[in-house]
Amino acid sequence: MDILRRNNVRVMGPETGRPLVLAHGFGCDQNLWRLVAPGLAEHYRVVLFDYVGSGRSDLAAWREERYTTLDGYAQDVLDVCEELDLRDAVLVGHSVSAMVGVRAAAAAPGRIGTLVMVCPSPSYIDEEGYRGGFSAADIEELLDSLEANYLGWSATMAPVIMGNPDRPELGEELTTSFCATDPEVARVFARTTFLSDARQDLKTVTVPTLILDCEQDAIAPREVGAYVHAAIPGSRLVTLPAIGHCPQLSAPQATADAVTAFLEAS
Amino acid sequence: MPPDGEAQPSIDSDVVALLEDSTEELYESAPCGYLSTLMDGTIVKINKTLLDWLGLSRDEVVRRRRFSDLLTVGGKLYHETHYAPMLRMQGVAGGIALEMKVADGARLPVLITSTVKRGADDRPLLVRTTVFDATDRRSYERELLRARREAEKARRQAEADREQLREALAVLQQSLLPASLPVVPGVETAVHYHTASPVRLGGDFYDLFPLGDERFAFFLGDVCGKGPKAAAVTSLARYTLRTAALQGLDPEAVLSTLNAALLERYADGDPRYCTVIFGVLEPEGRAVGVRLASGGHPPALMLRADGVAQYLPTPAGMLVGAFPQASFTTVRTALEPGDTLLLYTDGVTEARTGADNDLYGYDALQSFATGLAPAQPRAVIDAFAGLLVGFGDGLNDDTALLALGRPHQ
Repeated sequence: MDILRRNNVRVMGPETGRPLVLAHGFGCDQNLWRLVAPGLAEHYRVVLFDYVGSGRSDLAAWREERYTTLDGYAQDVLDVCEELDLRDAVLVGHSVSAMVGVRAAAAAPGRIGTLVMVCPSPSYIDEEGYRGGFSAADIEELLDSLEANYLGWSATMAPVIMGNPDRPELGEELTTSFCATDPEVARVFARTTFLSDARQDLKTVTVPTLILDCEQDAIAPREVGAYVHAAIPGSRLVTLPAIGHCPQLSAPQATADAVTAFLEAS
Repeated sequence: MPPDGEAQPSIDSDVVALLEDSTEELYESAPCGYLSTLMDGTIVKINKTLLDWLGLSRDEVVRRRRFSDLLTVGGKLYHETHYAPMLRMQGVAGGIALEMKVADGARLPVLITSTVKRGADDRPLLVRTTVFDATDRRSYERELLRARREAEKARRQAEADREQLREALAVLQQSLLPASLPVVPGVETAVHYHTASPVRLGGDFYDLFPLGDERFAFFLGDVCGKGPKAAAVTSLARYTLRTAALQGLDPEAVLSTLNAALLERYADGDPRYCTVIFGVLEPEGRAVGVRLASGGHPPALMLRADGVAQYLPTPAGMLVGAFPQASFTTVRTALEPGDTLLLYTDGVTEARTGADNDLYGYDALQSFATGLAPAQPRAVIDAFAGLLVGFGDGLNDDTALLALGRPHQ
């Protein structure tokens, strides 16, 4: 299996630059990094990929049993790292990929030397002494709606994304594949994401870690960022002047600056 | 303008008044919901239609809530992970299904379309969203989903029923064949049974059993047809042959007994018949004596120790169960050390082979056996099993093979 093709791997930036692996979260694909990748690629070797099942990955390689655990996604990250023979890479993981990064770093310490967590959440469900932002019933509702395909994931309701002549820089490949997710893949990815509890994993983090959260985030509220920060000794927490769950889109400059500043300082 | 001489359609003055409606009125009471948000999602404008649908007042919403606050949790997560990024990246997103929360706790299924409005410096400033009530569509989808689940359930049930039937048939098929062959002193035995279809009971049968006085009886046969009716004939044939043999009858008399039993049982106009070879093994010095009779069955093959393979003629054997006056003849032969006797059903000779789908036939069968001779029963059966596999789809009938041999001492 050709990993580079399987995971639609793209590499940009100087060959001698420190590798920076950008891992997308539940939802879209590597296109989410589009506004920050070019700037980071001025100094870093930026590696972009899609998890199997997402974006332009090889959908035929998707196996439900592999992607029902965070380790399955971590294996994708490690496969890419091994294929490119990356060492001491910075894994920038958005959303659930922050926790995927924790698993990957623990499994292959030489490969991943630094973690950047963008809007991380180790557990989405509220329980005594922990606020994840959602009740168990909320998450059940989400999973039910996915099960029933009522939301936009449904293939028959998937948006037909038209070309956008006003913004040619988005490119043809973006407008045709962006966010188009197979409902079955989305169902499994959502279950894995929203039912996982990676809080115990945070203790295993030994590499320098930057946590980025947003002023307002409907999925990973500020308390969660603070929790992750407290759980990972020596970690740094930066709150971005952004609203929403995707600061790399809503505040790309601030996001890139925070990453760069952290890496230069450490 | 219409051509001269044609009257313009007259419009009721009340309609004219309505057409004079302000843009504001068109916005507020449009048949769909409208709302505008800042780039952070804060709602800055919303029309009355949408407020009515949601059961909210303008004061509760404008500048107080974000768009995602109006969504159910599932909708909110979809909005954050798919819709908002899509809108950010493309400036437009359309035809997306979401659910909104209504003040009384109900959910409103909607389809939304959004466009980003930009300022003079191309800065994104505002998101304009149109909201369509998709309740009817949702009911339709629910119905489709329900129908799909029903169909899926029916399919699973049918699959389970089929599996149960397969199991029942497999057990029944087993009951028509001996679980294992008894040890016959001085004789090596081997069998092979090829089932053409797991759901259609085959009509081929065989058996080997002691007669209690150092003699053993064996038979191999083929009932016409397939399925439960053929299986019933097989069962009758099997037990009739056993019973007749245990009464000490000669092979020809055993076949006559079966002939009578089949005619009696199927006298009501649905004749059932079979072909069968029946034989008895008895010690005969250093050889094993064989007495054999055939009822319309393909001739047995004898693979001699000297390397010759020949058909063993069993003359005058008529189909069993077809004629009231059927006659059978017992012939004698002997298995000398190194000889092997092979009984087979016509699945092998009637297999389709080659480019023209010709029958495999008796000549090819004899040539194949000649190539094997001399050979012990196990080796013969293994070679024939390989031959059957080689027929592939050309083998479309059940095939039973029984080999009896006198090994070198």
